[in-house]
Amino acid sequence: MKLWIEKQKYLIDFTLSSLARRKAKNVGLLLVYTLIVFLLASVMLFTHALRHEAAHVLDGAPEVVLQRMVAGRHDLIPPGTLERVGRIRGVQKKEGRLWGYYYDPVVKANYTFMAPSNESISSGTLVVGAGLARARGLAVGNAISFRSYSGKLFGFTIARILAQESELVSADLVLMSEDDFRGFFEIAPGYFTDIALSVVNPQEVRNVATKLSLQFPDSRPILRDEILRTYESIFNWREGIVLALASLSILAFAIFAWEKASGLSAEEKREIGILKAIGWETGDVIKMKFWEGALVSLAAFLIGYVAAYLHVFHFSSSLFAPVLKGWAVLYPRFELNPVIDGFQVATLFFFTVFPYAAATLVPIWRAAITDPDSVMRG
Amino acid sequence: MIFQPAIIALLLASLVCVALLVAATPYAIDIVRHWNIASGSEKQLVLERRTYLLSTLLGFIFATQLVALLLFVFNAEKMSAMFVGAMCAVGTLNVNVFGFPALIAQIVVFFLASSWLVVNHLDTRAPDYPLVKVKYVLLLCLLPLLLVSAVLQLRYFLGLKADVITSCCGSLFSEDAKGLGGDAAAAAPLPAMIAFYAALALAAGTAWFYRIKQRGAYLVAPFSAIGFAVGMAGILAFVSLYIYEHPHHHCPFCVLKPDYSYQGYWLYLPLFIATAAGLGVGAIQPFARISSLTAIAPAIARRLATLSAFMWALFAAVASFMIFNSNLVLLEG
Amino acid sequence: MIELKNICKAFNHGRDNEFHALNGIDLHLPAQRVTAFRGPSGSGKTTLLSIVGCLSRPTSGRVRLKDRDISGLPERFLTDIRRQTFGFIFQQFNLIKGLSAIENVMLPAYPLGGDWRALRESAERLLGDLRLSHRREAKVEWLSGGEQQRVAIARALINDPEIVVADEPTANLDTALAMEFMGILEKLSNTGKTVILTSHDPLVVESSIVHRVVDMRDGRIVPPHQ
Repeated sequence: MKLWIEKQKYLIDFTLSSLARRKAKNVGLLLVYTLIVFLLASVMLFTHALRHEAAHVLDGAPEVVLQRMVAGRHDLIPPGTLERVGRIRGVQKKEGRLWGYYYDPVVKANYTFMAPSNESISSGTLVVGAGLARARGLAVGNAISFRSYSGKLFGFTIARILAQESELVSADLVLMSEDDFRGFFEIAPGYFTDIALSVVNPQEVRNVATKLSLQFPDSRPILRDEILRTYESIFNWREGIVLALASLSILAFAIFAWEKASGLSAEEKREIGILKAIGWETGDVIKMKFWEGALVSLAAFLIGYVAAYLHVFHFSSSLFAPVLKGWAVLYPRFELNPVIDGFQVATLFFFTVFPYAAATLVPIWRAAITDPDSVMRG
Repeated sequence: MIFQPAIIALLLASLVCVALLVAATPYAIDIVRHWNIASGSEKQLVLERRTYLLSTLLGFIFATQLVALLLFVFNAEKMSAMFVGAMCAVGTLNVNVFGFPALIAQIVVFFLASSWLVVNHLDTRAPDYPLVKVKYVLLLCLLPLLLVSAVLQLRYFLGLKADVITSCCGSLFSEDAKGLGGDAAAAAPLPAMIAFYAALALAAGTAWFYRIKQRGAYLVAPFSAIGFAVGMAGILAFVSLYIYEHPHHHCPFCVLKPDYSYQGYWLYLPLFIATAAGLGVGAIQPFARISSLTAIAPAIARRLATLSAFMWALFAAVASFMIFNSNLVLLEG
Repeated sequence: MIELKNICKAFNHGRDNEFHALNGIDLHLPAQRVTAFRGPSGSGKTTLLSIVGCLSRPTSGRVRLKDRDISGLPERFLTDIRRQTFGFIFQQFNLIKGLSAIENVMLPAYPLGGDWRALRESAERLLGDLRLSHRREAKVEWLSGGEQQRVAIARALINDPEIVVADEPTANLDTALAMEFMGILEKLSNTGKTVILTSHDPLVVESSIVHRVVDMRDGRIVPPHQ
């Protein structure tokens, strides 16, 4: 065992010096390899962080949301519904929510207007998301007016701007008092946009949902778990699409690696011949080449991964965020919370090191079977 | 099918492995047909060189299978959020009928590949390469298995639909579930523990006995296989309960979760190594009487038996440690 | 020491350009002697040397090394025997460029996986014996022809082989350096090493150090032409 380790140390030692002796060739390979790792790792880290963020946001969301449907469209909850919901067993808390969308022609963007239930906002003031504040150049104390859908002009002052932490979801948010909300959208008292229910026992959620749809045939219950699942699929799907496209580049990379590994220079061929002549065995050469691949892979993986980490978490994924994020006009500017996931590292490893190893297998063997007496014949 | 990086990676891996092995098949057949160690002809020299390629290839496939096995379970774990009713890997694997067979096939391929590598190692120690033909016939037998494993995996992934309602470890491994898993979970803790430790003691004991006396080699492999099965059943029946500190949570996968600080790896790692080494001892035995192997085979078998015995002991120790450290009490007094 | 029986070596077997480099060689090479194979190029002497040195296998025939039949051994085992029994000195020196002299000397011992410090010490000692201590860290491409030759000799001796094999060792050396090489050869022979070499350099084959000359032509051993 000790002998085996010593031997590997010798082989690694030789490999390192052999890599250093052929800098130009190996730097090229390392560069391409690192780039591939960087691209894939960026996509993965980014979508994973988004997924994490979404899950984080949903953590505080109600287990069940009840929406009323009229002609297949989302409609207001009429008065009296809230009281009837409360009698369903398993429902611990219920509240009617008020929210809606508003199109601002000034910046050509949609805002989400909302009357929060857990914080009181005095009439005539607003709390706005940071993205909106940026787009309209707002600061605390500024005045802003919106023309309602009925044509009336409403003036507000900015009471507060939301913190940037979860800007992904709050970028376009406008919070106002309930009275202002009802006035602005002309919603009569007693009506709500939807009803949020909290159900403590997770195993009860489905039962509650079944009861709700029986009792209110004109409504649909939306489960938090279902939203989570949808998010999960959407993010996985996006990630999958990007990776499928990237697989073309992986294929190109594998061909490149094959090329590099099989296109041995005359000097390298001579070297392997010498090694074999002076007592190295085919297996030793294969092991040496294996270490070479392992070292290159490790270096590319580390550099690429660290670069991707910096790119995603410190430079806001500036390279491709628009592709993966964008569905809103107000681009949220936000720092994602760094999340590293062992599973993802394993997947990434599979996407990069595995093709490299598979592509170099045969060329390595070809190089290793050089005749030991070739140096005497040459 | 669900479009997911890990799924693509797994499919890619099994595809490449099958493709490599298929590409190697003509070479293997060529070796089986034309191998003649006594000859110094160019043909023989070419064949000899190909053996290096084929063993490197198998090593590569083996390593890939190992990582793929981990990734497969990992992936099942992660995807559980996407299926109604799935709380961990069990639920995901239960989404369609191919989940568990795919996992089992992968484990089987893993152990067969490890046994092949042991035979390969043995063969290359003897100057006359006595097992070359046997080895490559065995390799050809491995191909359909690898194919089956790949197809099962493909069918499983193709059949994944996010809107399927599945049942998770709670129902699959609960006391009133039917089938092997349910039976293991329903076993009373005390007899289950006795069976668990007895099987481990037998597996470790036969391996250790072989190490000392060089006898009873044929017992090592079967007892290792039994040890693996009983070890898994034991994890299901009571070790998991102690880890979760919950009297009804039987699950072999949740132990791998970060929620339980990845304790499962400490259980599975020794279990898999012990089994692979134990099976390796058995794989060598049919060839131990070949004249050029009479000295080499026992030496290798002995090393493997030692490893196996140590790993069984480690597995038992880790399991016991988890039981003692738990706040759960299953056995009174 | 080495016994060859009816050795044949064919290349490109079964094809139009098939040719037999060796045709039925029978030869006995005693231990602790210096033997030279002499012959024109294409006579098969290098092929014979590579078979004797376990670098390749004969197509047919038997090779016995110290009463062990090694003709049917696969490469893995042949290599093992080779690196423990033989040390090689090649015509082109065949040093690895970019590595220092001492690293080149240590190379044949790498696959054996021995203790690094002991290995380095014996490499230093060998280089010292060959008056190269001061050049040990120099890259081999900066060394003169004679120095390269001596590094190659040190490398051949690092695993302490019983047999030293040299292929046309003086072909790239001027007379003075060739004389120096013969001096080293004599020392090796005196320490009990068996030496087998190929050469058509009169300086080598007519030297008193060489105990026996084997003449070759067209893949056969021919009677001495003198």
